[in-house]
Amino acid sequence: MIAEAGLFSLIIALFFSILLVILPSVGVIKNLSILQLTAGRYVFGQFLFIGIAYLCLTLCFLRDDFTVIYVLTNSSISLPWFYKFCAVWGGHEGSMLLWVAILSFWTLCVSQFSKHLAEEIRVRVLVILGALSAGFILFVITTSNPFLRQFQILHAHGRDLNPLLQDPGFLFHPPMLYMGYVGFAVAFSFAIATLWLGRVESAWVRWTRPWTLAAWCCLTTGITLGSWWAYRELGWGGWWFWDPVENASFMPWLVGTALIHSLVVNEQRGQFKAWSLLLAISAFSLSLIGTFLVRSGVLTSVHAFAVDPQRGLFILFFLLMVIGGSLLLFALRSQTLQTEKKLNSVSREGAMLLNNVFLFSAMATVLMGTVYPLLIDGLGLGKLSVGAPYFNTVFVPLMIPLFILMGLGAHLKWHSDCLKTVLLRLSGVAFFSILLPIGILFFCAKVINPSALLGLVLAFWILFTTLKAVWNKRQSRGLFHISQTYWGMVVAHCGVAATIIGIAVSTNYGMQEDVRVALGEQFNFAGFQFQFVKETNLKGPNYHGVQTQFKISSANRSVTIYPEKRIYNVGQMAMTESAIDVTPLRDVYVALGEPLDSYTWSVRLYYKPFVRWIWGGGVMILLGGLLALLDRRYYKT
Amino acid sequence: MKALHWRLAPFFIFLALVLVFWRGLALDPHHLPSTKVGQPLPSFQLTSFGETKRSSKSMLGHVSLLNVWASWCMACADEQAVLMRLAKQGVSIYGLNYKDSMDNAKEWLSEWGNPYQQIGEDVDGKVAINLGVYGAPETFLIDKNGIIRYRHVGALTMVIWEKEFAPLIQLLESVE
Amino acid sequence: MRSIFLLLALLINTAHAEVLYPLQTAKQEAQFKHLLADLRCLVCQNQDLADSNAGLAKDLRAEVYNRVKDGQSDSEIIQYLTERYGDFILFNPPMKGITVFLWFAPLIFLGVGFIIFWRRFR
Repeated sequence: MIAEAGLFSLIIALFFSILLVILPSVGVIKNLSILQLTAGRYVFGQFLFIGIAYLCLTLCFLRDDFTVIYVLTNSSISLPWFYKFCAVWGGHEGSMLLWVAILSFWTLCVSQFSKHLAEEIRVRVLVILGALSAGFILFVITTSNPFLRQFQILHAHGRDLNPLLQDPGFLFHPPMLYMGYVGFAVAFSFAIATLWLGRVESAWVRWTRPWTLAAWCCLTTGITLGSWWAYRELGWGGWWFWDPVENASFMPWLVGTALIHSLVVNEQRGQFKAWSLLLAISAFSLSLIGTFLVRSGVLTSVHAFAVDPQRGLFILFFLLMVIGGSLLLFALRSQTLQTEKKLNSVSREGAMLLNNVFLFSAMATVLMGTVYPLLIDGLGLGKLSVGAPYFNTVFVPLMIPLFILMGLGAHLKWHSDCLKTVLLRLSGVAFFSILLPIGILFFCAKVINPSALLGLVLAFWILFTTLKAVWNKRQSRGLFHISQTYWGMVVAHCGVAATIIGIAVSTNYGMQEDVRVALGEQFNFAGFQFQFVKETNLKGPNYHGVQTQFKISSANRSVTIYPEKRIYNVGQMAMTESAIDVTPLRDVYVALGEPLDSYTWSVRLYYKPFVRWIWGGGVMILLGGLLALLDRRYYKT
Repeated sequence: MKALHWRLAPFFIFLALVLVFWRGLALDPHHLPSTKVGQPLPSFQLTSFGETKRSSKSMLGHVSLLNVWASWCMACADEQAVLMRLAKQGVSIYGLNYKDSMDNAKEWLSEWGNPYQQIGEDVDGKVAINLGVYGAPETFLIDKNGIIRYRHVGALTMVIWEKEFAPLIQLLESVE
Repeated sequence: MRSIFLLLALLINTAHAEVLYPLQTAKQEAQFKHLLADLRCLVCQNQDLADSNAGLAKDLRAEVYNRVKDGQSDSEIIQYLTERYGDFILFNPPMKGITVFLWFAPLIFLGVGFIIFWRRFR
């Protein structure tokens, strides 16, 4: 019954979203403001009924209703209740329902928090969001219905949630990611609404900014969480694999970052609005393309959902309509925007838009690498793989000039500046950015690794130039006159520096070993003393296995960690639960491999110095974004 | 008007991308074509259930199938009926027992039937690697001169036999 | 047997655990590590040979290990594998006719970006 109620609710929601598209549009065309004003009601109706549908699906999970196929394949009786709650988004159908729910939530937020907007823009934005909703709800109902039933298998126990997903990270990562992906739909809708209207209001930047920042913050969180979770969970010590699904989240993020910066240029100099419009369209387009890549089966991925080419066809068609339509609209309408007079390239706005060149090229490179095997196969030229080695080789050189630019940008004046003067002023900073890492690496590590050195030099460059810029501002204006947005920039850029340090040091000074260890054995690794202390049998709510105890000792500290090998009862899938000794400056990571003998295991050991700084940096970037988002200057009406 | 051309560029680039995606929907990213087609069968000498070693040279002179199978492979059981049928029709089928134990393999054959003219035990999987095998079951079509002509990955079905193997075999049989 | 091991362990306190794939020189170890990261596990979903526990991955790992131990070069080992499995097994696409565009794409994108930038500025 509940499942049927859920489906029925979803259908009602579809009607509301269709109403949201049609009636206010008629109001716009016929200039009937009364029709335009009804948009808010449909937004609420859509939100309410999608919410009910989502609640129904959650209830099916919590009540172990295995007559619902989706619950049967993603849950089990013995699954802990909080994982049942997460399992709702564990498969394709449920995660699409989550997508749709989050879209309706963002739409509601726009409806509620945009009362100060000019009505003509507001109604168009809501119509476009409604059109997107309608398309997605239709997709769910026709190709990805989570409420389908089966009555053959009665008294089922469920096929269990994929053990890889039975982890706390799963509670936060997908919702945050979707908040980001879907959040960019708002900026997208603002851009399309503007093009539809045919003119760019001067307040356009102020309207788009908060939504862009909010979505970007969510996506930053989602990506950081995903990386941390993969590191913890997968047992391979890696935190980024350039897997197609990861790339699908990274590309909108790169464009979102470019958009945040180009919006600043729009605000300060009133120009390049067309470029920001294109970026806003691109960010959400990449979210959609990502959805296609992940759910259509065209690419192999560790994260990919169960595939169905029919779904792929629907999404592709949807892509064509939405993105093709927007890009066409952009081509036809954006030239009605004001003509651009040429600006000075040596200026802060020049630096910020140059950063856009790098970020956009980076996104294009990632897209090219992800899609290339498909292209080659499609042309009948064979099968190719493009993996992490390729991306690492091309991505890093692309980022180096960007990082140098990051440091310069904050020191360049608006309008025009003299490059020589600025470089001269920063020569001291540059000198210390090179000297300090050499010294630090030499004293702490005895060996200077060139890659690590490069990373540290760039990180220190960003850190010192940013702090110097703050210092300069303090001198000229005093600390309290520095805007919150500026502090946001400072924190976010320092976060980037922290992430670079984390990557540079953990990659180049990290150690890894595959060893054979017997119970009771003591051994050394990375300057620590290890001992395989104990092995006990393990029984969990829906798994059984072995828990081992390893003692890690160093000069002043001793700690015990518990790596496990679990076999999940339903799927009989073996999973390694790695154990990590975490401190701010290093991780020591132990993952059980295969049992080689009685009480003897193959064990993978990692020593990862500064790896936490990668995600610490991500958190700082998020904080920077939040600071900029919550800058009250932008909300005074 | 020049401005319009530039502004249409993103649209056309996107269309190209959609074309690639659309073409991609018809492809299977998991399927790997064999690099060995058109190349001679790598020679090997394997024990056959403890008996004297059999050499791959014994496969020369006639068109034959080389079937990579194992007792632990579920899909191999699926195709066994098809292979038995083909063996009865007179097709020469050689079995490569992939990473298996002799006892398990013997038991499996007694349960599912033995369509193989000869069997080679590839215990460590080295011969299979030389053939470019990535997952059992796989079936290779080998011509009279020992050249690999076709490889099928996955359980062999009559449909695939009729469509892919039979025409090729007819062609190869007629050649001297 | 275990008690002897324990005794030995107690005596040789600075012992390192037995490495699964022992190699003579650091150069060989580095070669082994980077080859495993460059090679794809063919039966997995987008994993490399270093991280996969699939049967074929283990076999190929052993194969690469033996060849590294024998002193074969990267290109020899890669050639051995691509002869059998094609370019698909390489996560690092080789520089060939069909991959030229892939490898130069970043430069092309940057170039186009710079051109557009210059036209708008100065």
